Amino acid sequence: MSDTFLTRNPSTLVFLAVLALFVLSVTLLAEGAGVGVISTSFVKTLGKTLCLALVALAMDLVWGYTGILSLGHFAFFGLGGYMIGMWLMYARTQAIVVSSLSEAPIPATDSEIVDAIGNQIFGVVGSSEFPLIWMFADSLLLQLMLVVAVPGVLALVFGWLAFRSRVTGVYLSILTQAMTLGLALYLFQNDSGLRGNNGLSGLQNLPGMDHVPQATLSIWFFWASAAALALGYLFAAWIVAGKFGSVLRGIRDNEARVRFLGYSVEGYKLFIFTVTAIIAGIAGALYYPQAGIINPAEIAPVASIYLAVWVAIGGRGRLYGAVIGAIFVSLVSSWFTGGQAPDLDLGFYTLKWVDWWLIVLGLSFVLVTLFAPRGIGGLVDLWSDRRQPDRHGADLGPGAGALREKEAEQ
Amino acid sequence: MSMLLEVSGVSVSFDGFKAINNLSFAIGQAEMRAIIGPNGAGKTTFMDIVTGKTKPDAGRVIWGERNISLLGMSEARIAREGVGRKFQKPTVFEDQTVLENLLMALRSNRSPFAVMFYRATAADLARVDELASEIGLAEALGRKSGELSHGQKQWLEIGMLLAQEPRLLLVDEPAAGMTPAEREHTTAILVEAAKTRAVVVVEHDMEFVRRLDCRVTVLHEGAVLAEGSLDHVTANSQVIDVYLGR
Repeated sequence: MSDTFLTRNPSTLVFLAVLALFVLSVTLLAEGAGVGVISTSFVKTLGKTLCLALVALAMDLVWGYTGILSLGHFAFFGLGGYMIGMWLMYARTQAIVVSSLSEAPIPATDSEIVDAIGNQIFGVVGSSEFPLIWMFADSLLLQLMLVVAVPGVLALVFGWLAFRSRVTGVYLSILTQAMTLGLALYLFQNDSGLRGNNGLSGLQNLPGMDHVPQATLSIWFFWASAAALALGYLFAAWIVAGKFGSVLRGIRDNEARVRFLGYSVEGYKLFIFTVTAIIAGIAGALYYPQAGIINPAEIAPVASIYLAVWVAIGGRGRLYGAVIGAIFVSLVSSWFTGGQAPDLDLGFYTLKWVDWWLIVLGLSFVLVTLFAPRGIGGLVDLWSDRRQPDRHGADLGPGAGALREKEAEQ
Repeated sequence: MSMLLEVSGVSVSFDGFKAINNLSFAIGQAEMRAIIGPNGAGKTTFMDIVTGKTKPDAGRVIWGERNISLLGMSEARIAREGVGRKFQKPTVFEDQTVLENLLMALRSNRSPFAVMFYRATAADLARVDELASEIGLAEALGRKSGELSHGQKQWLEIGMLLAQEPRLLLVDEPAAGMTPAEREHTTAILVEAAKTRAVVVVEHDMEFVRRLDCRVTVLHEGAVLAEGSLDHVTANSQVIDVYLGR
């Protein structure tokens, strides 16, 4: 026990303990399982927030550790949501259609049932045919596999093309943003097969679970989200603790040097890009059943930019920083935009937070980047005394890194 | 003695400027070689070609007993073949400890999956300790390498190079910014390394080259101007004209 993974990484242990305590207290206070102080809708908000923390964790791996500023990870998140949403919508509509057709004098054939489901789902976009991409929608197992496979394969193909051509830095960010925008615009079309801008709805109802109240379902999803976050955190901590983490940070700081050490930088980037896309997909698949609806607006590029803002405010390059950033900013954001924040009367102008919140968020992003690049997570350093190379004064010698004035005086 | 690296008839030009012009160069399995030449002679471009950073327009680069071509291989692949490179400016991973830097360089399987499950064995740590004391950083293993002084970073990079166990070391101005005592130590490390592997040193400092006591290749305008012992090349009138006589 003296030298295990957790004892060598105390922050992981602390994180898991805090998460467990949080889950326990929410469970005891919730409507579904406890005394009922916390409303079902707020339990859902908390569960969704945990999913956002998980996707922020993925973003931190790919950006904070590897230095790839991806503006596409929220697209992978949305794709995961779409994949599970297809099954939820299909299976639930099927249950409704079967029960209504069973009252007809002649029992309906299988193809009649499928047609009726198609009519129900696609009537809103003026169609009744099932597009090809829905071919597995009747199977939960296959759709769950697609939750992993669709973001994974998209990231693999996109990443292979981009990294192989050695696209880096801001150009790669632009490329990922173009991918995100392209995907969102495609999904907005009615004939994309995913109901255009209507998106998929009614996802909060689990098929075959009509007898379970939403209060209980919300707690189930809250637990599942917390478990996914815990597992994701353990995986991420394990990956960055060893030599793999060294190589990732090396790629972030000096890609060419890593290459001359014999590591195939492109392979590592592709690996981390794909793995984090899969984590994002899983987070999305847990998020949208709690949100109840998914539409292409969720995938819009601005969502991926928010993701980067959360990680930057929370603290790049440390896992708990990403989690803190996502939880803090998204909860504060929903407080301000939900109309709960009281308007500020300045006498000559009334500050409505719903309108002004984005400005505040943008300003704080700029301020954090300029004055506190270590983010909220950097506060932990004050207490744990973790030190960065702290060098003052001008170089005394010819090269960067030579002994500096103040060091020489000491 | 069979050659480890044979570069023949290599040319490369950037925007019409011929940086390397029909250059030929060969080095044996265990040999020290110094490359000198004025600025712009193509020393760094030569290293870029061998390490795969720059693709030549013409010529061949042949490597090892099996005479494979290094052209068309990626930088990482060439490094795994056994070509190690030290840059002029010390480039270590400043945000990581000396130990992490050395472990990353240590010769082992470089594939992502192997690295993910890699845990340093006792033998690996012993090797790192040995290297660290050789480069005078045994006490600094736990320090962030960004805190090291310039000379210490130079050594850390030399240590990382040795940890890779390359068959060919390409070293660009290893003694830049070092004190005389540090230079002597660096010379000793390089001479020792050249007993078992090929070492190519690019250097401006004639005193340093003299201490290496090896064959010298003089480059000028992307081609070999003279080759031989230091006394031989410094007696060459062409060399005096382009380089020493200035």
